[in-house]
Amino acid sequence: MHANDYWLIAAFFILVLAPAPWLGRYLYRAMEGERTWLTPVFQPVERLCYRIAGIDQEREQNWMSYCLALLGLTALSLLGLLSMLMLQGQLPLNPQQLPGLEWHLALNTAVSFVTNTNWQAYSGEAQLSYFSQMLGLGVQNFVSPAVGLAVLVVFCRALSRRNAGAVGNFCVDMTRAVLYGLLPFSLILALLLVWQGVPQSLAEYAQVVTLQGGEQSIPLGPAASQIAIKQLGTNGGGFFGVNSAHPFENPTAWSNLLEVAAILLLPAALVFMFGHYVRDLRQSRAILACMLVLFSLGLGTTLLAEHQPNPAFVGIAVEQTGPLEGKESRLGIAASALWATVTSAASNGSVNAMHDSFSPLGGMVPMFNMMLGEIVFGGVGAGLYGMLLFVLVTVFLAGLMIGRTPEYLGKKLEAREVRLLVASLLVMPVGVLVLAALGVSLPGPAASITNPGPHGLSQILYAYTSGTGNNGSAFAGFGAGTTYHNLMIALAMLLGRFGFILPVLAIAGSLAAKNRAPLDANSFPTHGPLFVTLLTLVILLVGGLTFLPALALGPLAEHFVLLQGF
Amino acid sequence: MMLKQLRPAFVLLVLMTLITGGAYPLLVTAVAQLAFAEQANGSLVRDASGQVRGSSLLAQRFEGVQWFHPRPSAGDYETVASGASNLAPSNPELADQVRARVIEWAGSPTKPVPMELVTTSASGLDPHLTLAAARFQASRVAAARGIQPERLERLLIEHLEAPLVGPAVVNVLALNLALADNRLPAPSE
Repeated sequence: MHANDYWLIAAFFILVLAPAPWLGRYLYRAMEGERTWLTPVFQPVERLCYRIAGIDQEREQNWMSYCLALLGLTALSLLGLLSMLMLQGQLPLNPQQLPGLEWHLALNTAVSFVTNTNWQAYSGEAQLSYFSQMLGLGVQNFVSPAVGLAVLVVFCRALSRRNAGAVGNFCVDMTRAVLYGLLPFSLILALLLVWQGVPQSLAEYAQVVTLQGGEQSIPLGPAASQIAIKQLGTNGGGFFGVNSAHPFENPTAWSNLLEVAAILLLPAALVFMFGHYVRDLRQSRAILACMLVLFSLGLGTTLLAEHQPNPAFVGIAVEQTGPLEGKESRLGIAASALWATVTSAASNGSVNAMHDSFSPLGGMVPMFNMMLGEIVFGGVGAGLYGMLLFVLVTVFLAGLMIGRTPEYLGKKLEAREVRLLVASLLVMPVGVLVLAALGVSLPGPAASITNPGPHGLSQILYAYTSGTGNNGSAFAGFGAGTTYHNLMIALAMLLGRFGFILPVLAIAGSLAAKNRAPLDANSFPTHGPLFVTLLTLVILLVGGLTFLPALALGPLAEHFVLLQGF
Repeated sequence: MMLKQLRPAFVLLVLMTLITGGAYPLLVTAVAQLAFAEQANGSLVRDASGQVRGSSLLAQRFEGVQWFHPRPSAGDYETVASGASNLAPSNPELADQVRARVIEWAGSPTKPVPMELVTTSASGLDPHLTLAAARFQASRVAAARGIQPERLERLLIEHLEAPLVGPAVVNVLALNLALADNRLPAPSE
């Protein structure tokens, strides 16, 4: 670690944590339709949208109608994006004259962007027109995190309202999330990124003759606008195939800092937004403390692992530094390790280095972060509602220990809520373990593995973890572009998205309908060090232990094989 | 009934497409083209005659002892599409490749070769080298061109980019352009 590595990490924490309390309050006010500093700019647009779409912003829905509206919008998005990708050859803004995608790749990509996963079975610069990037993927980069934020807001309202049937209006929540939550920050970040060197142009690729007389095609496109929302909306789908490792996506150490901080900017702020909804910022601080503990453990492990020389290079006349295969010189080891931790803590999935070439333990951390359900900050909305499910599990377990009906913020947890909680806990194990096991057992799908030994298992495990976790990063050597994996990973993405959204909305519906009992001396406090410790342990035990055997066969086995020598 | 419920969602999706897929990227494009035209159009670099010779952000292949070479590229410096090796640390092929590249760089080296020079980058288009990796090549370039090594050392220092939050690097294409255009720092007295 050099001095600039410490500066990077310090600057990252400041950029993420310093604005969070202010931003959390702003988001709370914006989502509840109260006046903010951007109201004069966006309220006319917002009202116009409601007028054209015929939305009555005062009319709230119960959780069922809310859920149906959400599913309806998702279905429409899916169909629209699928047809756009298949028909891009006939659509405008296609200077490279790229043909439409095959149906299974188009389906995989559509599901991927609608579920906020942004798994890349495609390569942007080689396969997607500017039209598909801007009006297809770009739009879902806004809409899918807005959906996540809307679901989180419903959950927050459910905890703060008493005896309520209505939980909000889906179209209103989504519109506000896009206009106030995502758009203004994307505009600023996009311009900062262009300043650092990210292209933003609608011209065709530039053809140049290199210094030694070779031909080079320089890919262009509306990249900066896409990359800004890709990070802020925890989307992660690259404009270019190699994602944020591409010098056009991430040209300098400064663009790298801005982008990596942008990934966690909103997820960290949402923790404070939650505190404003339930009128108790102590709850926010407890959850944030737990997130920071888990995040720091992951970051420390990756940093340490990535600074160890590869034992396989002993005896070769090369400097014995940490692995640089799949890493960029301008970013270096520390920035790559930081990004890997952040992108998997959030459901972002963009990469600035190739995780497939990370040391075994360095590559295990992102996998483990995703297996926990990406609740360490997590995706926009999705991270915190996932974390709140763990909070409820913790409260339930604590209730069992002290022999009282479990209560969170005065809301009783009863059989129905606990059943739904357990259902949501099964999503990651089913998506990851069952689908990955199926993949390795069938001879055809297993042929997508490209590295020998335990790392091969890690590749397929990572793919299905990333899909189910709606992350989108990959051990990218894995040949995911087959019909089988395109379809099965699409299934994993849908399972991971709606396997959480449906129980979360259902739990929200039933919590909203309950009375909120006043807290008394006998209530189990859900703030303070004791609760933070308990919550952290529950996440590690309930969330993590399930996957230990799989990790032992993959990254851990690879680590020990490497240490021992071939 | 269902259709009536879907209508607002459908209209909203169309509106969001216009705002976030149309207005937003076009606004960014307009401002970017006005304020940062250079970067927005791919950071193209020109030689002394004004001819575009590449992008300062994309590595290009260099062969021959008289040039600085960028890091090896898994995608053979292909820009459409770019690519990485994705070789696992435990993959024997990676060690074999590293071994072969060490021999290519230095034959049987007396001092260890910088790790950067024998491993491929993530993008395959890494335009930079750290100072150590550039220095490793400087004596070879100086000998091939018959110039004083100190002049090349000063060229490297002139081109050094050292951001507070990242490693200090030099841009390979910028170095080679300076060599091609004969824009070297004056020889020391």
